[in-house]
Amino acid sequence: MASHTSSAPPPAADKNAGPGADRRAGLLHRLDVRGAPYAFVVPFFAVFAAFSFYPLVYTAWISLHDVDLATMDIMEWVAFDNYTDLLTDERFWNALLNTVTIGVFSTVPQLLMALGLAHLLNYRLRGSTFFRVAALTPYATSVGAAALVFTMLFERDFGMINWALGAVGFGEIDWENHKWAAQLAISSIVIWRWTGYNALLYLAAMQAIPRDRFEAAAIDGASRWQQFLKVTIPGIRPTIVFTIVLSTIGATQLFGEPLIFGQGPNGISGGADNQYQTLGLLLYEEGWKFYHMGRAATVAWVMFMLLIIVFVLQRLLSRWRSARTS
Amino acid sequence: MTTETLRAPRLETPPGGRRGPRLPVRIRAGRQHHAGPVAYILLGIATLASLFPLYWTMVAASTDNTRVTQSPPPFLPGPNLFENLGKAWTDAAMGRAMINSMIVAGAIATSTVLFATLAGFAFAKLRFKGRNVLLMLVIGTMMVPPQLAVVPLFMMMTELGWGQKLPAVIFPTLVSAVGVFFMRQYLSDALPDELVEAGRVDGAHSLRIFWSIVLPVARPAMAVLFMITFVHAWNDFFWPYIVLDMTNPTVPVALTQLSAGYVRDQSVIMAGALLGTLPLLVMFVVFGRRIVGGIMQGAVKG
Repeated sequence: MASHTSSAPPPAADKNAGPGADRRAGLLHRLDVRGAPYAFVVPFFAVFAAFSFYPLVYTAWISLHDVDLATMDIMEWVAFDNYTDLLTDERFWNALLNTVTIGVFSTVPQLLMALGLAHLLNYRLRGSTFFRVAALTPYATSVGAAALVFTMLFERDFGMINWALGAVGFGEIDWENHKWAAQLAISSIVIWRWTGYNALLYLAAMQAIPRDRFEAAAIDGASRWQQFLKVTIPGIRPTIVFTIVLSTIGATQLFGEPLIFGQGPNGISGGADNQYQTLGLLLYEEGWKFYHMGRAATVAWVMFMLLIIVFVLQRLLSRWRSARTS
Repeated sequence: MTTETLRAPRLETPPGGRRGPRLPVRIRAGRQHHAGPVAYILLGIATLASLFPLYWTMVAASTDNTRVTQSPPPFLPGPNLFENLGKAWTDAAMGRAMINSMIVAGAIATSTVLFATLAGFAFAKLRFKGRNVLLMLVIGTMMVPPQLAVVPLFMMMTELGWGQKLPAVIFPTLVSAVGVFFMRQYLSDALPDELVEAGRVDGAHSLRIFWSIVLPVARPAMAVLFMITFVHAWNDFFWPYIVLDMTNPTVPVALTQLSAGYVRDQSVIMAGALLGTLPLLVMFVVFGRRIVGGIMQGAVKG
């Protein structure tokens, strides 16, 4: 951008002479046409560079140091010690595994239910707007509020869910202290908040499928269920991939739900036995409870690398699958 | 809801309202079946599942601690709603949190919409070197998870003296890649090239074109982006939780304190949860249809 301005000749000095003013206007116009687009996109990149890209790189640098929260200007070089420490730390593997299992528990039912809900919403309906808005309402609920309510519903002694289980003859479940129960309860918060949102994404994609594909399938004698499998699902495949990507990113970042579910100090450690501590909670615990900023940065980078590995695997898998089908 | 159901049969188009002229039923049949009773029942269950936790928040917030911690739990509202809301507002710092969240979410949504419209316009309608590369870069930035930034950001904010202050929460989220992309997609379709050209022929400079030609066209999409960004900013959790504390919280930060035993009364906790979600619920009741449309539009074109 700077090169455009500097290479241009200086504006004509005469004030209102015809050709000079014209030339000057023409120059300004060219400058405007060339420069304005950059000026319009610069705010985005400036903010991103300052508050995302620079910290991203700096996180890597910090992860090679020992830094205490109380004395953050003193950085002691330790090379890859933080990484070796982390990878030999049981708590890291526990948090990683919990992140994966809660991720699966929350994502798989969520997307399947969203698919079903989208299919229902795609019927010709009376009050379709009402159903759509209602499905999206949980998305408008704050993580904090949703987690508080669900924590109450899952309460061991007076929670509604244990009461309902008792009413149909099951025993009480100690949702917080039992590992899998706690992870399911946390997953249910995620499912509740995001199913409707994903359903709307699917619905939009379903409505964009050309109608004649369904007609062709119907003429071939495909039942509605076969049409769903053979026309609808392939038709919205890009959107399905998109939601899987979004949900995976969301799952690796899970933080607020388990934190609040643990009600207080138990939240940060993810339960008394770390039974539902996620990587996000571990990051926070390392940095802001144990004051090891270097180790917190290490957790952040490992999370990022895991995400990259997952996406590379996903790309390879889909390439392998499309190669096999063609 | 009821009025709409009653009115629906008179409409030429289905309530979804997407199709203009009516098509013969046989052709329609390939795609949009009328919903049968089973579909309505299933949708009813889904709606109930979506709304029940919110209803129960209201129920619990309107009782008292003794009632709410009994089994079976209450299913009908009690008399203490306003008393509990008042307690949550003062005792649990919800009042401060609501004002802070209004400021934070309002500022973030405003700047996101402004910068996204500017950049979206440039990417959609202006020709410049490196446009495609820069657009790819915008999309690429969506992949960077926010955790990656928190440690240096925390150091940065402490150094700037912004620890526990609202600018620390506002500045890192002033722009959004999704927003840029959304506005680009919208303006590509909605803004005719001829309109921009006409502006140029009339001698308008780019900012003038943006102001008088682009903004009026972009307004519906801007409104939707504003609301969606507002929801996200209001609910943003991780970074505010790290950088703010209870003396100056946003709503989600204050809500964690509620759960952490800051307040013992369970019905007041629920009142806090209700309070913290109320502004968004009001927005959804008033503009829900447009928000739904915006999310679906972003998806089709994304």
